[in-house]
Amino acid sequence: MTALLNNRYAIVAALAVVIAILPFTFPSSYYLRVASLVWVSAFASIGLNVLMGKAGQVSLGHAAFFGIGAYSTAIGPAHLGLPSWASLVIGACVSGLLAYLVGRPILRLKGHYLAIATLGFGVLVALVITTESRWTGGPDGMPVAKLTVFGWRIGTAYAWYWLSGAFLLLGAWIALNLDDTPTGRALLALHDSEVAARVVGIDVAGLKLRAFVIAAVYASIAGSLLAMMNGFVNPDLAGFQHSVELVTMVVLGGLGSIVGSIVGAAVLVVLPQALTVFQEYENLMLGFIIIVAMVFMRDGIVPMASKLIASAR
Amino acid sequence: MPDLNQFNRRAARCLLGFSILGLAICGPAYAAETIKIGSVLSVTGPASFLGDPEEKTLKLYVDKINAVGGVAGKKIELVVYDDGGDANKARTFATRLVEDDKVSAMVGGSTTGTTMAMIPVFEEAKVPFISLAGAIEVVDPVRQYVFKTPHTDKMACEKIFENLKLRTFTKIAMISGTDGFGTSMRAQCLKVAGNYGIQVVADETYGPRDTDMTAQLTKIKNTAGIQAVVNPGFGQGPAIVTRNYAQLGMSATPLYESHGVASKSFIELAGSAADGVRLPAAALLVGDKLPDTDPQKKIVVDYKQTYEASAKQPVSTFGGHAYDGLFILVDAMKRANSADSGKVRDEIEKTKGFVGTGGIVTMSPTDHLGLDLSAFRMLEIKGGDWTLIQPGS
Repeated sequence: MTALLNNRYAIVAALAVVIAILPFTFPSSYYLRVASLVWVSAFASIGLNVLMGKAGQVSLGHAAFFGIGAYSTAIGPAHLGLPSWASLVIGACVSGLLAYLVGRPILRLKGHYLAIATLGFGVLVALVITTESRWTGGPDGMPVAKLTVFGWRIGTAYAWYWLSGAFLLLGAWIALNLDDTPTGRALLALHDSEVAARVVGIDVAGLKLRAFVIAAVYASIAGSLLAMMNGFVNPDLAGFQHSVELVTMVVLGGLGSIVGSIVGAAVLVVLPQALTVFQEYENLMLGFIIIVAMVFMRDGIVPMASKLIASAR
Repeated sequence: MPDLNQFNRRAARCLLGFSILGLAICGPAYAAETIKIGSVLSVTGPASFLGDPEEKTLKLYVDKINAVGGVAGKKIELVVYDDGGDANKARTFATRLVEDDKVSAMVGGSTTGTTMAMIPVFEEAKVPFISLAGAIEVVDPVRQYVFKTPHTDKMACEKIFENLKLRTFTKIAMISGTDGFGTSMRAQCLKVAGNYGIQVVADETYGPRDTDMTAQLTKIKNTAGIQAVVNPGFGQGPAIVTRNYAQLGMSATPLYESHGVASKSFIELAGSAADGVRLPAAALLVGDKLPDTDPQKKIVVDYKQTYEASAKQPVSTFGGHAYDGLFILVDAMKRANSADSGKVRDEIEKTKGFVGTGGIVTMSPTDHLGLDLSAFRMLEIKGGDWTLIQPGS
């Protein structure tokens, strides 16, 4: 099992099978919506996992990049007359550039300074989005144009399910392949020992910066997808609470595990939906389940499960 | 082929896991002999002061309606989801109501943010949606399936300006909150000020969590020729403005608050500084002080007593909006004698002379709110209580 979790072909194939089969088990398109939300959140948390699990840095303002992506697809078509997909690309570029500018001075320092810097950055971005109401519609948000690809308007729950699923597959594939690239190997070295990595000539600051930019681009694309899927954006998407949610997905699923990010996203998206039957006790139950999960599965759900299975053999 | 075997097992495990999750979100099945009305409200979170009385009101009155036989011979089944004030969650619950619960209509959407996020779902599914959110953009431009019950911020501005005009004031200052409510109302006030010959000579803002507005108010105080100050705001901000206003000795200049502070907690927070403050509000706040000839008197006194007896907390206008929404919908269902979404929509649009807590509602294809300025009463706070101002003052 542990070996299998490292086999990227098996992971992507299993994911593809799950994505392909799942819709046939759904009684209504509400489930498609929930699944699409899982895919989009998973996409963002995979990116964040590259930063947290591999480079060992925390971003507490990651929703800012999510928000930039979301608002780029809102503002691009509405104010600048750009097509939605181009806005998605521009949003990703802006997010990457901002991450570079924020990360470059900070990641030269040792320790968790990035967490503090991103915390401030996240608050700033949310503030700008809330106050620049001429562009962003202010605290109440703004509508987003539907995505059109080659004259085909993507609006149905099915279309979004397949599109978000395809993006997730692609995102997981790239993140998994990262392990075999020079960057990925250097990240592994960094993860094991920063000092040792530095001694063998790895540019530690540059590497962390690269991971941060990758994470920002992933979040931005996820934000763009969610905005177009919802047809509406508001500043909550860039808010601190959303940042915490993204970090929780990564930690709950398992640091450094790509499958873990998907599982973490699935749990955090599906659980509140499943718990609505408890009405006012919903949040209490949600908190309780997360605490129990973190106490008994300290490494996260997926690494813990694979350890259990390995020891059972 | 150990790898492939393991892979198959893994895939099976994944599928099993997902189907368990799938089962978990399947609600229990209900009998078809009910009319389903859906609601997504912000019962918890920062907007719970809206969602909580709304939920209590809906549950209370649905039970009452069912106790006397329901609508068109069928009982109402109310499905409520709590979005916690999160627009993205609201949107998912809206999809759930439409696709999974298959509701006939929806009364809900506590905030403008959640309402705007849910509108596309109901428009696409052609299910009537009566919103409980304040901003005018919910019904302007008019959307086929979207209605709302609360007064708009534009009406509040007009009501205030009408009163200012009566007192022959033309130069005013505005100090607005930068939250959703304040931003929207400030924009509406600036838009309609000209219609009443009113000039906004000072325009200040404050953040929703600011704890002192002395600086902005001092600036207003030092602007020459200001005859009145208007404060479009919500929550505790306006209470601080009111306190600072008195501390700076500005009370000689009339201060107008918005309908957003129309709750007893505002008077408690602002204390004696609130004396003499004017604001537009729904009849519900002054139910017992209305003359007996007032057409709304019976409804608002009834609602106030019923709600307070059941919820054990003071009535708020927000719960009143839910009351109006529910009964506009139920009346439309009775007239249509059906729960068919299309027919109900047509009947909601034909609502005429409906007496609610918010005012007298007459809708049309171009007006999905149906209230005019008479829905607002101009109140003045005196001795820690609301009073109706004398006509013409």
